[in-house]
Amino acid sequence: MSKLIFEKSVKGARAFTLPESDIPPEKVSEEIPADFLREEDPLLPEVSEVEAVRHFTALSQRSYGVDSGFYPLGSCTMKYNPKINEWAARLPGFAGIHPYQPEETVQGALELMYELEQMLCEITGMDSFTLQPAAGAHGEMTGAMIIKAYHNSRGDTKRTKMIVPDSAHGTNPATANMLGYKVIEVKSDERGLVDLEDLRALMSDEIAGLMLTNPNTLGLFEENIREIAAIVHDAGGLLYYDGANANAIIGIARPGDMGFDICHLNLHKTFGTPHGGGGPGSGPIGVKSFLADFLPVPVIEKHEGKYHLNYNRPLSIGKVHTFYGNFGVMVKAYTYIKALGSSGLKAVSQNAVLNANYLRTKLAGCYDIPYNRLCKHEFVASARKQKKEAGITALDVAKALIDRRCHPPTVYFPLIVEEALMIEPTETETRERLDAFIEAMLEIDREARENPERLKEAPHRAVIRRPDETGAARNPKLKWTPKD
Amino acid sequence: MNYVPNPPWVVRQMLDTIGAKNIEDLFADIPEALKLKRDLNLPRPQSEVELRRELAALAGRNLSADDRPCFLGAGAYDHYIPAAVEQLLLRSEFYTAYTPYQPELSQGVLQTIFEYQTMICNLTGMDLANASMYDGGSALAEACSLACDATRRRKILIPDTVHPRYLEVIRTYAMGGKMEIITVPGKDGVADPDAITSMIDSRTAAVVIQHPNFYGNLETALQQIEKAVHGVKGLLIMAVDPISLGLLKPPGAWGADIAVGEGQSLGNPLSFGGPYLGFFAATEQLMRRVPGRLVGETVDREGNRAFVLTLQAREQHIRREKAGSNICSNEALCALAATIYLTLVGREGLKEIARRCHQLACYAKQKLEQAGLKLKYQRPFFKEFAVTIPDPRAANAALLKEGIIGGYELDGALLLAFTEKRTCAEIDRLASVLGGIARE
Repeated sequence: MSKLIFEKSVKGARAFTLPESDIPPEKVSEEIPADFLREEDPLLPEVSEVEAVRHFTALSQRSYGVDSGFYPLGSCTMKYNPKINEWAARLPGFAGIHPYQPEETVQGALELMYELEQMLCEITGMDSFTLQPAAGAHGEMTGAMIIKAYHNSRGDTKRTKMIVPDSAHGTNPATANMLGYKVIEVKSDERGLVDLEDLRALMSDEIAGLMLTNPNTLGLFEENIREIAAIVHDAGGLLYYDGANANAIIGIARPGDMGFDICHLNLHKTFGTPHGGGGPGSGPIGVKSFLADFLPVPVIEKHEGKYHLNYNRPLSIGKVHTFYGNFGVMVKAYTYIKALGSSGLKAVSQNAVLNANYLRTKLAGCYDIPYNRLCKHEFVASARKQKKEAGITALDVAKALIDRRCHPPTVYFPLIVEEALMIEPTETETRERLDAFIEAMLEIDREARENPERLKEAPHRAVIRRPDETGAARNPKLKWTPKD
Repeated sequence: MNYVPNPPWVVRQMLDTIGAKNIEDLFADIPEALKLKRDLNLPRPQSEVELRRELAALAGRNLSADDRPCFLGAGAYDHYIPAAVEQLLLRSEFYTAYTPYQPELSQGVLQTIFEYQTMICNLTGMDLANASMYDGGSALAEACSLACDATRRRKILIPDTVHPRYLEVIRTYAMGGKMEIITVPGKDGVADPDAITSMIDSRTAAVVIQHPNFYGNLETALQQIEKAVHGVKGLLIMAVDPISLGLLKPPGAWGADIAVGEGQSLGNPLSFGGPYLGFFAATEQLMRRVPGRLVGETVDREGNRAFVLTLQAREQHIRREKAGSNICSNEALCALAATIYLTLVGREGLKEIARRCHQLACYAKQKLEQAGLKLKYQRPFFKEFAVTIPDPRAANAALLKEGIIGGYELDGALLLAFTEKRTCAEIDRLASVLGGIARE
């Protein structure tokens, strides 16, 4: 059993010590009224430095990152995170600057942000960027705010609905709801793409816009994107690009050229910055010039070789982050783009698509692939055959992969595919890794037929067996409490 | 640089397996008219040698608080980060992992989040805490939104002693239409309890109090405000400085329903404003409305202790348009930094750090007063206060000339922060420069 740090506490043990105070003893004073002081010390661990270090080292060994092995988690773009980027973000000239320092003392940081915005404009075909959103969903929210601000600025207040595809990420409808929009779903057609007839029927002067991922969550390129854009624009709506899947098209096609008005990018997916076990990410958004006035404040401007933060933007939606966004993540993404350049970024998408199609081709004989044709950076397989024949579900397949020291794909998403296994290999995997994954998947399929009971018990070799998730939700225990 | 591992001959064989003539064939589904028929206009690819040179030069154009005494605070603080925090964060099983969706492969990450949630609960005196939010401002905005959902009311009262940028973030989030934000002018550097209580009514979803507030002052009428807002079944939301909680009575003890704050001070570098850490804690009554990830303890099928993401029915990936928040990625690695930090400084250490910050601030007050300056507000503070200066911009410029990063410029005052990293010698220099200006 893994002990909690609190259970390793030894009264009086400690790691950190303050330097001796240099305040002259006669000048030491404290002026906090007694009513404002806490009565009991907060219950924090009491451990030595070596025990603290061993505790967290042991916990790292019970975790799994991209550096540990293959991580084909669909829609998450778990690519290798180059180490030079980590070095760059930790430079004292970046990590040690306060957000409110005078502008003349942070010119290097402002230049990096300004240049990053320019590069993202070129990559996406948009006209202006903000780096302020701290994650993809935060970018979506900022984008939806800009859609609302735009319609409001035109006195067009009856647009109370937002369209999202039935294959959309959960963040799309949740974002629309946060902005007070009623969410309308557009169907996918038999080819897995937005159903144009359905879209036409849904459009009206009450529609604020359409939020779309391209390639979509099935890994398929929305081939009719220009027609989709025309349908939305003709009815006065705006087209929002969810950049979760941008790793498929960098240097090949641009949202700005497809007719999108707003787009976000996930620096932590497409631009090689690590996911940190759930964050921090960074979700910059780009807009076409007619929306630039609505971007959050401050915007970075360049005059005569000097960079400034401009807060004086009357049409701006305001702020979505206390400061300027996740600067440390921006440094990593900037370094990544500078490392690769145009040819390197194009090779990223080419190889991401190559790897996905290689896996799709090799797995197609064994697993059902509902939309089995040329895919982009990911594809969705299904365990419905295994379920029907042997009672083995997508979840069982996932757990069996864990026994083979491989992170499972995204399961049960998108919702329009039953027993979905959403597989995104990314461009940074060798053929040998892909072949080992294929071998594991084929072996699991064999085991499904030969020994399904053992599969339903998987994993067998992980640090725990399957946890009781129902019990966890029914009887939530969200913190440790001391047993007296 | 190139991070694509397959050499061309392998790519060729893979294309053959797929049945594609060349790599362009793999993009046949993108209409020709949409394809970019040129290279992206970006700088040419660079080697690591060149990248190091360029990035070091860019970083070198910034003045780092590592090299100069820094008295800037206003929501971001120059606290010491123990070396072990930085080292452990480089364990790549942590930093290259995704959100722990697969518990059997993620027990380490899940356990660190569970420990983080416990520490935040113990610091704030609240029942539960989530796995993190983007930063202090957005955590506070989500708290206001939750209060409106939980009470089915619209009105949020906020004294203008709350961080002005937090207020801007809340106003932006209010575009959703479910919140009506009313700012209430403060009085003498603190919230005006009479003004607030006179505005509290049956439509009030919550009152927001930052304590210590933006000006560093303790909010002295907390009790009165708490009684008034709970009297109409509204919520009390508090934004707090986690370092102060080594010393100050926690939000739970003041009767807060939601406690949030900026957790950057706990082991995260200044990093020009991000990535930071929004912490979010609440009472048990609000458990099923809390935004973001929650980790719970359970057992596996053999009865072993196990940790999982739980109560996911609240979240966007399950609940979609009915979710209270759209948050997905959070600031997990910053929360891990906070967990390691709080482990290393420990129970005694946090108290000592809080006390040292306060003592240094008290010492600075004496020195500044001796130098002929006056504090803008004569009120109890924790580690930050405003000192009256007619031209704060000029004062900051004079300090910078002396190698000191000055304070946050207020109208006719400088807001100065004192962390445990500051020394008496640094404070003496600060007082001498500002005193010189005051005498001019």
